[in-house]
Amino acid sequence: MLQVQNLEVVYDDVMLVLRGVSLRVPPGEIVALLGANGAGKTTLLRALCGLLDPHDGEITKGSIALDEQPIHGLRPAAIVRRGVSQVMEGRRTFAELSVEENLRLGAHTNPRNRAAGIERAFTLFPVLAARRKDTAGYLSGGEQQMLAMGRALMAEPRFLLLDEPSLGLAPRLVEQIRDLIVAINRQGTGVLLVEQNATMALSIASHGYVMETGKIVLDKPAAELLADEDVREFYLGLHPEGTVKSFREVKHYKRRKRWLS
Amino acid sequence: MTEAVQILSRGLGIGSVYALLALGFVIIYKSTRVISFAQPAFMLAGAVLATYLVIPLGFFAAVPLAALGTAALALGVERVAVRPMVGRPAFTVAIITLGVDVVVRVFASAFIGIELRQVRDPWGLKSTIIFGTEVQQRHIAMLVTTAVIVAALYAFFRFTRMGLAMRAAAYDQEAAMAQGISVGAVFAMSWAIAGALAAVGGVFAATGGGSVEQTLWIIALVALPVIILGGLDSLLGAVLGGLMVGVLQELVAQYQQYFPEWMGGNISVITPYVVMLLVLLVRPYGLFGTREVERV
Ligand SMILES: Nc1ncnc2c1ncn2[C@@H]1O[C@H](COP(=O)(O)OP(=O)(O)OP(=O)(O)O)[C@@H](O)[C@H]1O
Ligand SMILES: [Mg+2]
Repeated sequence: MLQVQNLEVVYDDVMLVLRGVSLRVPPGEIVALLGANGAGKTTLLRALCGLLDPHDGEITKGSIALDEQPIHGLRPAAIVRRGVSQVMEGRRTFAELSVEENLRLGAHTNPRNRAAGIERAFTLFPVLAARRKDTAGYLSGGEQQMLAMGRALMAEPRFLLLDEPSLGLAPRLVEQIRDLIVAINRQGTGVLLVEQNATMALSIASHGYVMETGKIVLDKPAAELLADEDVREFYLGLHPEGTVKSFREVKHYKRRKRWLS
Repeated sequence: MTEAVQILSRGLGIGSVYALLALGFVIIYKSTRVISFAQPAFMLAGAVLATYLVIPLGFFAAVPLAALGTAALALGVERVAVRPMVGRPAFTVAIITLGVDVVVRVFASAFIGIELRQVRDPWGLKSTIIFGTEVQQRHIAMLVTTAVIVAALYAFFRFTRMGLAMRAAAYDQEAAMAQGISVGAVFAMSWAIAGALAAVGGVFAATGGGSVEQTLWIIALVALPVIILGGLDSLLGAVLGGLMVGVLQELVAQYQQYFPEWMGGNISVITPYVVMLLVLLVRPYGLFGTREVERV
């Protein structure tokens, strides 16, 4: 069980972005996390993986536990070793490296099972096998998403955190990604799925959370959320095209920062 | 022909030293985005250390050990002086490395003393006949050693877990961290490698029977035009740039007498800088500086 309790996160010492978030991902289940742009979804995933530091972010309250063991405050490497991996927003594949090198990097904490992991990734994502020697930067958006997922799976995580995997993909590719998430989950991996595409996320999740300005405002079984009036209005009524556009607009805060833990 | 072979062997020999220094600089820059001006100090420290080790151990054991020692020194410097500065503006960190350079050089110079300190290389000024021309053995040795080091570095970055991690962190630090790569280890490793490379370069620069002087570090200054010539982020550029500058310098030195007198008697010294300026006019990111790979 991956469990977040009462989590508060502050950026730059002043900006309170998460205000007491609680959430649970039971092992082997898919949990959806929905929310408008800027709600704090990515921030929550950063907190889960120990990646707040490079953003000048800090957990000021609350706890994150993996099987009752606190993991907040651990370094990213330690968290990956314990079985929590993330596919970051925007895929973030290593564009200058080959597909295979990207996968090898995913096994950085798990070098013993590297060869077997690469074979497994190629079975799950046959397109990657065909392009194993190609430079990752030249893959299509869908292929890059698969590469990012394959890379995260190389660490053999028990919990996989996915940040908007359907972002910017054509509807058919979104379906394919959805089916892949289900396939990954069937192999026993718990999934926390952050999505703007609520229909897609709720169609495969068992439970869903809705976040607004740093707070969880709805917390229900996925089927109930799908039926919920507000959720319908705010998240399901949106055109996928429209979502993508406004999403891009919010990305301005991204600032590159050099840094080190 | 004779002349060409001589220029080439001398140029590639001294160019190897430039290449080693430039490589270290580029490796640090790529991994940490720090522009490190401490390379000259590591070069001097490595050469001085070698002069001490060579007496009991002999040249071929002293050089790798001096490289290791200098790597350890660089590790320490990175941890103590550079790591705490991470996140500060690039300019600030560059100035810190400049300070480090001065401190380390003063420290290393203190070990030079008044005696003649030599690296006692087996080549001295001995020559061998190649293509019917006499060339200095040490220049051949420098070039061969550099080739071996470059090949080893290539294999390291290509095939090892740590080497791959360094390339990943160079490209996207946060994404590398998300894979469980320790960025601290990457930083440390890049400084250690740069220190070792500078040490070998320093020893080479001191071969040929000369003694290690405090002014040895000045040779390292040429690494700057070399890097800018080759491209700040290109390992290949550092190597080829270093060799090119070495050969050009020798070429200019050879034909010094044909240059007008007003240019002075030592044009070869400024050649690297002139070439750098010319290249920058045409290719602002250097000859081999890579443009980013982007999805089409
Ligand atoms: N590195 C940062 N420094 C300062 N503020 C930040 C940083 N990253 C995010 N924020 C702010 O924190 C808030 C939450 O951002 P976050 O990226 O977590 O939202 P999100 O729910 O993932 O949004 P989106 O759907 O656009 O990805 C936003 O107001 C954003 O401006
Ligand atoms: Mg986000």
